[in-house]
Amino acid sequence: MFTLRTENLAKRFGPRKVFSGINFEITTGQSLAVVGHNGSGKSTLLKVLLAQLRPTKGKVEFARDNGPMDDAAIRDQVSFVAPYLTLYDHLTAEENLKFFATVAGDSITGKQVDSLLARVGLEGRGLDDVVGYSSGMKQRLKYAVAMLKKPAFLILDEPTSNLDQEGKEIVFNLIDEYRKESIIIIATNETEEYQLAEQICRLGQ
Amino acid sequence: MPNRSAGLANKTLAVYVKDLRLELRTRYALNAILMFGVTTLAVVSFAVGQTGLSPKLLAALYWVIMFFSAMSGLSQGFVREEETGTALALKLTADPTAVYLGKLFFNFSLLSTMTIIITPLFFVFTDAPNDNLAPFVLILILGVIGLCGATTLIAAIIAKAAVKGALFAVLSFPLLLTLLIGLISASQKVFDGQTIMEIGTDLQFLVAYAVIMITGSILLFKFVWQE
Amino acid sequence: MWWKILLFIAMSAMIVISFMTPAPQKMIGESSRIFYYHIPQAWLGVLAFLMSMVYSIKYLMNRRQADDDSAVNAARLGFVFIVLATVTGSIFAKVTWGSFWNWDPRETSVFILLLIYGAYFALRGALDVEEKRAALGAVYSIFAFVTVPFLIFVVPRMVPSLHPEDSIVNSEMKFSMGPIVRMIFFSSLALFTVLYFWMFNLAQRVQRMVRVQMELED
Repeated sequence: MFTLRTENLAKRFGPRKVFSGINFEITTGQSLAVVGHNGSGKSTLLKVLLAQLRPTKGKVEFARDNGPMDDAAIRDQVSFVAPYLTLYDHLTAEENLKFFATVAGDSITGKQVDSLLARVGLEGRGLDDVVGYSSGMKQRLKYAVAMLKKPAFLILDEPTSNLDQEGKEIVFNLIDEYRKESIIIIATNETEEYQLAEQICRLGQ
Repeated sequence: MPNRSAGLANKTLAVYVKDLRLELRTRYALNAILMFGVTTLAVVSFAVGQTGLSPKLLAALYWVIMFFSAMSGLSQGFVREEETGTALALKLTADPTAVYLGKLFFNFSLLSTMTIIITPLFFVFTDAPNDNLAPFVLILILGVIGLCGATTLIAAIIAKAAVKGALFAVLSFPLLLTLLIGLISASQKVFDGQTIMEIGTDLQFLVAYAVIMITGSILLFKFVWQE
Repeated sequence: MWWKILLFIAMSAMIVISFMTPAPQKMIGESSRIFYYHIPQAWLGVLAFLMSMVYSIKYLMNRRQADDDSAVNAARLGFVFIVLATVTGSIFAKVTWGSFWNWDPRETSVFILLLIYGAYFALRGALDVEEKRAALGAVYSIFAFVTVPFLIFVVPRMVPSLHPEDSIVNSEMKFSMGPIVRMIFFSSLALFTVLYFWMFNLAQRVQRMVRVQMELED
């Protein structure tokens, strides 16, 4: 059982306040949608959750049944997909997957790579350099990387950006599959996507 | 789904191999560092002529060339990671120590490659005494380790800043000056014909410098990387 | 308040005495009086650097803005003192050895220290996000300090020195000074150190006021 909790979270960039007073607690099996207009701080909030930005006030806590998790444990349990997350352009899709698996402390076989690529609809393209991929294909590959582990926390920023209808189906199926055993956080403006979540955190009011 | 087994060594190796692969495909850093080395060497040897250089001058010239070449390429690893935006994915998955060590070994390979190409050319161009090579090679190895040990952390720092190029040299130079003084002092003695035993103190200094800088870097790296 | 007046009187007295007593070094003569000022300045340059590093460590551990402010204040003062030490040393070198700069090991060390301070401020200037500036500045400050033992103990042994061996710490680390010289030197050292902490305290208070003002404006 995992928990993600924020306490009175606030972030400002210099004089500009982005958000403040964000309080929520979600546990395994629950999901949260972060919604708000462009520039309301959705991505900033996700980056604060992921410790890529330091909150101005308040704190974020990742916890497993018996207590808070350290950095290494969080790295092991979080998968993140976002438009601004970039994979290595000059590696092939297969090399990207193998690299991210090894660097996280896992080993992965060629078969597992193929099955991951097949799941995101990239079968047969594993040996191509990512630099030649379209943005939709890159987005799909990010999901393959996210599925390398079985994440306790699945954090998605604009999950379907750049994806076609088929790509969207893949993402929705994925969310359904992880819903029971994971905490899912989705930052989005698409009605169709935030209806997937049970709780809503509205920014920029 | 995958098997959990790898330790720090495997993760470090993964980062190292990844960087090596990217470098072999794009050659961003190697071309810069090699061209810089060859150009500096040519300029220097053209300016000072071929013969009659004192060991002290030779040693100083050699390490000036090495310093400038190092400055031209060793920041690439981290800078590219930040500029292409891949740093985020790496930060979210990798152990910072593995990232640091992987980059350190990558820089070490890069500078070694450059040294292997530049050093023979240096002897050709300047007519430096080449009958005492064993101690010189030892100094080179320690010098390359020291240079990389001190600059890899600096590269990680400047990758986060707005003006990267100039800042790398500005931040590295004060830390490297001590090392360069030691390297020049040792190389000069070697050009003068001294043996490994005779330059023992200098070698101790070079080893101590490398050990301290690398240990310091490992301890400090996570604070840089997580910013 | 009283101690500030006392400091003023003591420093004035120290300055007068330093010029009234015989020159500390017979061979060098009158110009050797500069050592009553030059060495305390160099000492404070190093002390401030040490303080800056300690505050940097504290910042990285606790992430309190105030620690970063202290680190910067110490570094700024240290920079002033190290510039003074460089200038006084250079003047003395001109008078004694005939040129302003000789790359003697202590000159080299002071020069490197000056460069480190310069680089520290250059780095901070190149970072626009406050927390990033604080954290990376702190890391650089600590990393640079690691090289200081090499500067002080190793470099002087690798390069021949011009520094008068008996002036302060010679290579055997022994003091060899007459009683009067010793008294003036150590009082100068103590008084300059008190002055430094006073300046540091003032800088701290100004910084705190700026912070409070910024918060009020929000």
